[in-house]
Amino acid sequence: MIPALIVFAYLGLVLYIGIGAGRRGSGDGAAEGYFLADRSLGQYVFLLSLFGTNMTAFTILGSAGHAFANGVVTYGLMGSSSAFLIPLTLYLFGTRVWALGKRHGFITPVQMYRDRWECGHIGTAIFAIQATLLVPYIVIAVMGGGTTLSAVSGGVVPYWFGGLVVAAVVMSYVFFGGMRGTAWVNTFQTVLFLAFGAAAIIFIGVSVGGFPQAMERLLDAPDSAPLLTRERVPPKFFFSYMLIPLSSIMFPHISIFCLTARKMSQFKKTVVFYPLCILAIWLPCTFLGLTANAMTDVPGIESKLEARATLAAEHETLSSVETTELQRAAAGDDVIILMLDYYAPLWLAGLLGAGIMAAVMASDSQILALSTMFAEDVFAYYGGASRFGSVVQVQTGRMFVVLIALVAYAIALQAPPGIFSIAVQYAFSGFATLLPLLIAALFWKGSTKWGALAVVVWTGVTMTAIAVLQAVVAAPPPGTVVSILSVGGVDLVTRTPGGTDVLGFMPVLPMLVGSSLLMILVSWLTPKPKPETLARYFSDSRRAG
Amino acid sequence: MKYWLLATLVVALYFLHQDYWFWHSARPLVFGFVPIGLFYHGVYSLAVSVVMWVLIRFAWPEHLESETVGTETTGPDRNTP
Repeated sequence: MIPALIVFAYLGLVLYIGIGAGRRGSGDGAAEGYFLADRSLGQYVFLLSLFGTNMTAFTILGSAGHAFANGVVTYGLMGSSSAFLIPLTLYLFGTRVWALGKRHGFITPVQMYRDRWECGHIGTAIFAIQATLLVPYIVIAVMGGGTTLSAVSGGVVPYWFGGLVVAAVVMSYVFFGGMRGTAWVNTFQTVLFLAFGAAAIIFIGVSVGGFPQAMERLLDAPDSAPLLTRERVPPKFFFSYMLIPLSSIMFPHISIFCLTARKMSQFKKTVVFYPLCILAIWLPCTFLGLTANAMTDVPGIESKLEARATLAAEHETLSSVETTELQRAAAGDDVIILMLDYYAPLWLAGLLGAGIMAAVMASDSQILALSTMFAEDVFAYYGGASRFGSVVQVQTGRMFVVLIALVAYAIALQAPPGIFSIAVQYAFSGFATLLPLLIAALFWKGSTKWGALAVVVWTGVTMTAIAVLQAVVAAPPPGTVVSILSVGGVDLVTRTPGGTDVLGFMPVLPMLVGSSLLMILVSWLTPKPKPETLARYFSDSRRAG
Repeated sequence: MKYWLLATLVVALYFLHQDYWFWHSARPLVFGFVPIGLFYHGVYSLAVSVVMWVLIRFAWPEHLESETVGTETTGPDRNTP
């Protein structure tokens, strides 16, 4: 119970920081103050908060769980690819989004798309698909909060109460603190996670009898030796996974966050230090997930390894229900919590639990982004702000924060865990598929609103197709695939244990190629925006005018 | 010329991520416990940081910030239907 009390104290501190920081704003009730912290964040808050926003329950607990099952490949797949592409997209696109926001007063990306392509309802369609892709993220954070609080308290705090507490805390500081409160909480959480991540590595390393011995044990066993290589992941899959981090800049909470910097030069430190932050958090998580395979003295981990061994040995004779049960039993999303529970002293387990909680609670930015988009792209755009004024608009955004938190909590209580993990996977592919919208808006004068609509429709249709396919065709056991569509003996579409492949690549590759081609083709065939609109976005058009 | 060199550097970084040469290797264990494939990607992350520093040092889009000075009010109302 001591770790749970430390986590509760931490939640109280977070609430204090979030609400206190919110009070330091201009206090004039204007939308820019609440939704963008008056575009005034300093460079260190900008870096740490942006990084913290990207560190969710899915990335922290999920990366250790992925490494537990797949080994060292996890860091190359998710960590170093993000270390490369996220700062690169911030440098190439984030700076331009910031400049346009500053120049034209944009608060959301949809406002930029509407103005850039002279459209109204197509902008609403972009809002709708972004909101749809973002909701599972918020739900999974509430579920992660409930699970973590329950785990660190040894089951004393029930799942429903843990989820309720997390939803209420996040809702409160987003409601009162807006972007400023959220940014400061994220900064505090990132510092906490970086500090206690190192402590976790040291304690677990000492407790396990030294990492070299653990690695040698893994290499000596035929079942675990491949985890120290990348044999279990095909190169084509690895190559196409590299496209997933392109989704980051398309997440509304990231692109909106780009608008909060006081000066564009504040991107500089973020771009340089982001890969180092990834290294500091993802590499230890991957390594701990891998090392968990050697920790057979931890009861929870031993049962996971047994379930995995049964799956591998008997997958041809198991029923689909038995396979699903064993897959669930072998899943490693909680291995870090189990290790801390077993190895770390009580006080440290509590602090580390608070660190994990910091990652789990990254839904604050997403809730604020959804509320910002609703208040600006729907309420204000359809006349609410001009009719009722800016103060009512901000209050509407706040009410939307409460509504999202309540809905997310209600769904989290009902939904089976697996559903939203899958939905989050879709979110990454979906946002990556939407990337041509941003590139075309920023760099291609010839792009049109109809090209943008084609990208949105393509994203919706392909995402739905994959969701239906994966719902109809059950996941095969590990090591096997089910052919869905083949031509001339070549498998075009296959159902795999982890999802769906197209010619051996992740679906994000054909989805992104398709959306890029549609943007080019449809824009080519449809009327361009007026020259005066283009002049506001492209300096050579200004000079020509 | 400068921009071509920087673009080549970024493309090279992309291809260096696809390190087939350590695909099946666990050894050597760097520092006695880090598998070589994991160590490679750790070093790769450091290299990315250096390349990002080179990008902002030699190709920072300064003009974007200067274009915003004094222009905040010239754009359209962000919510004009």
